[in-house]
Amino acid sequence: MSQSIVEVKDVTFSRGNRVIYKNMSFSVPRGKITAIMGPSGIGKTTMLRLIGGQLRPDSGDITFQGTSVPAMSRADLYHARKQMSMLFQSGALFTDMSVFDNVAFPLREHTQLSEDLIRLVVLMKLQAVGLRGARDLMPSELSGGMARRAALARAIALDPELIMYDEPFAGQDPISMGVLVRMIKSLNEVLGLSSLIVTHDVTEVLSIADHVVIIAEQGVIGSGTPEQMLAHSSPLVQQFLQGLADGPVPFHFNAAPYEEELLSGGTQ
Amino acid sequence: MNTRKIEILVGLFVALGVAAFVMLAMKVANAGISGNGETYTLQAKFDNIGSLKTRAPIKVGGVVIGRVDGIQIHPEEFVPVVSMSIDKTYECQFSDTTSVSILTSGILGEQYLGISPVIASDSAKQSCLGNEVVNQDEMDLDDLFGVESKALKNGDLITDTKSALVLEELIGQFLFNQGSE
Amino acid sequence: MIDLLQKLGHKTLSRFASIGRATQMLLGALLNVPNLRKGTPLLIKQLYMVGHQSLLIIMVSGLFIGMVLALQGYTVLVGYGAEDSLGPLVALSLLRELGPVVTALLFAGRAGSALTAEIGLMKATEQLSSLEMMAVDPLKRVVAPRFWAGFISMPLLALIFSAVAILGAHLVGVDWLGVDSGSFWSIMQSQVSLQQDIMNGLIKSFVFALIVTWIALYKGYDCIPTSEGISKATTETVVHSSLAVLGFDFVLTAVMFSS
Repeated sequence: MSQSIVEVKDVTFSRGNRVIYKNMSFSVPRGKITAIMGPSGIGKTTMLRLIGGQLRPDSGDITFQGTSVPAMSRADLYHARKQMSMLFQSGALFTDMSVFDNVAFPLREHTQLSEDLIRLVVLMKLQAVGLRGARDLMPSELSGGMARRAALARAIALDPELIMYDEPFAGQDPISMGVLVRMIKSLNEVLGLSSLIVTHDVTEVLSIADHVVIIAEQGVIGSGTPEQMLAHSSPLVQQFLQGLADGPVPFHFNAAPYEEELLSGGTQ
Repeated sequence: MNTRKIEILVGLFVALGVAAFVMLAMKVANAGISGNGETYTLQAKFDNIGSLKTRAPIKVGGVVIGRVDGIQIHPEEFVPVVSMSIDKTYECQFSDTTSVSILTSGILGEQYLGISPVIASDSAKQSCLGNEVVNQDEMDLDDLFGVESKALKNGDLITDTKSALVLEELIGQFLFNQGSE
Repeated sequence: MIDLLQKLGHKTLSRFASIGRATQMLLGALLNVPNLRKGTPLLIKQLYMVGHQSLLIIMVSGLFIGMVLALQGYTVLVGYGAEDSLGPLVALSLLRELGPVVTALLFAGRAGSALTAEIGLMKATEQLSSLEMMAVDPLKRVVAPRFWAGFISMPLLALIFSAVAILGAHLVGVDWLGVDSGSFWSIMQSQVSLQQDIMNGLIKSFVFALIVTWIALYKGYDCIPTSEGISKATTETVVHSSLAVLGFDFVLTAVMFSS
């Protein structure tokens, strides 16, 4: 088996006339936590959908465990998706089922386990995210953080090889953010899986990531360990990591030259 | 909402739908004759059918036994030919001397076909049904007149018909008779 | 001028594209081997949501429409001394036209809009994507049971509608206006045919069920996943399916009852 679980090679993807990625390449090492970071609006979620096979790149290849995702047949794709799971930004819990049924859902769909066994597995997974007591609640009765944890329990129900997190920290209070950060870290260690986190919460993710990929301007602008990244020479990387208001990524979107001139040289 | 309750309510809903269908079929439409039973077809030639319509009832002594299936013009004789679909149980029961007339229910009512049946002889019935006629010795009443009668089966033509009474013709006739007196 | 033509052409093409997507969706949902063990509970749940939940509005509307028909029919018929024909008048207009059509319109408003909004929200909250990422086809899991539920429910609802309406007409015509009960039923029976009227009405109802459920599901599945997009899709479901039902009703009536 190769070192990396997901390999993105020379991918170009555009939506309509807008080019989102141009010849982008990076890899996600097996058994590690990889963070994809970048300013909002550059299509980080799109990346996850490409890896999950929901979208197809215009050119280039994406491999999951050595097989090409865009070239997979529908059946193969569905088979591969049982080994990866995705935690959506909103949690995407099924609103018409209780927390318990939500977590049991992938088990009931894809395994022939008896109800007793399913109950056991679900309670284990809920215990792992600390929501065993909330199993009979409906998703509408959960707070945002709890919903995300419940969704996490559902994502690990089938013991996947790879979990993709789409903005797991967005809109969380510091406590639930801390809980999630610790949980992602410990799940990765305990279950021995690979994690791919898409986020722009720099400090949280740098504390747990083993590998960081920063995307901007239609491609990868830097990758490496968090330490390497912090010491990176590119001004773009520095602007992003330090959260500076202006720099290579301008504060003003498509502004008139006169205004840009007025504000230039203020920060860098 | 638990599953069991939903199952019961859905069962109730489906049962209600089926009950509605049964009620419509039995009480609103007369399922006995008009539709699901098997039928056979007879033809009848008329001079004038008045305002007879397709789907008009065909009655024997006021009891509906079938419906008018279609009305065409005979391609050579240019007279209307009515095809009647009649309950299968009456096949091979009527003799070919049976007469059909177009009648009106009430003054403003619909027109319908009335059949005055002549019951076919036993031998005619048997031969119509395709059975071998065994007993040829006994003469039937019909045969006394020297005509061999047959029973009516699918596709046969009834020749003895009385056309519809058209009001204008009736009045014309009445006035003509008055005038000649 | 050229600009206008271009716009028109563009609009036509996108219409075709959306018809294509709708067909793709329906085929994707229906062309598969149904799994009875997993599918039946889903279908039952949707029959409850789509069918049973629409029962009340169908029955109440049916009752009132039957009563109004009897009242209006009576005032006209009594002028010709033909009030005995109230039964067939009510029964035929209900079974052939009003039953299937009004049921379809009410169904579009009650269940169709709910289907669109539900699926649209599932799309907006990424539930559909999440199903797909869990290797569960949302067409089979979400769209197919809803489609079948709508397809089964609407003819049943139309039958219930007609039956209740005829009872309502009986209530007004016989119990209130004094039409003879015997002739009400017997003339109705002699005029209404199981095959011609009830069966054709049922066929209409099946066609309308297909149209309304299909439009509702497609609008939800294809909507722009924002609150604005969902509200637009819901409105479109009601408008498009009502218009489609009325249009197809004319075509079907022309085919079935003009001989």
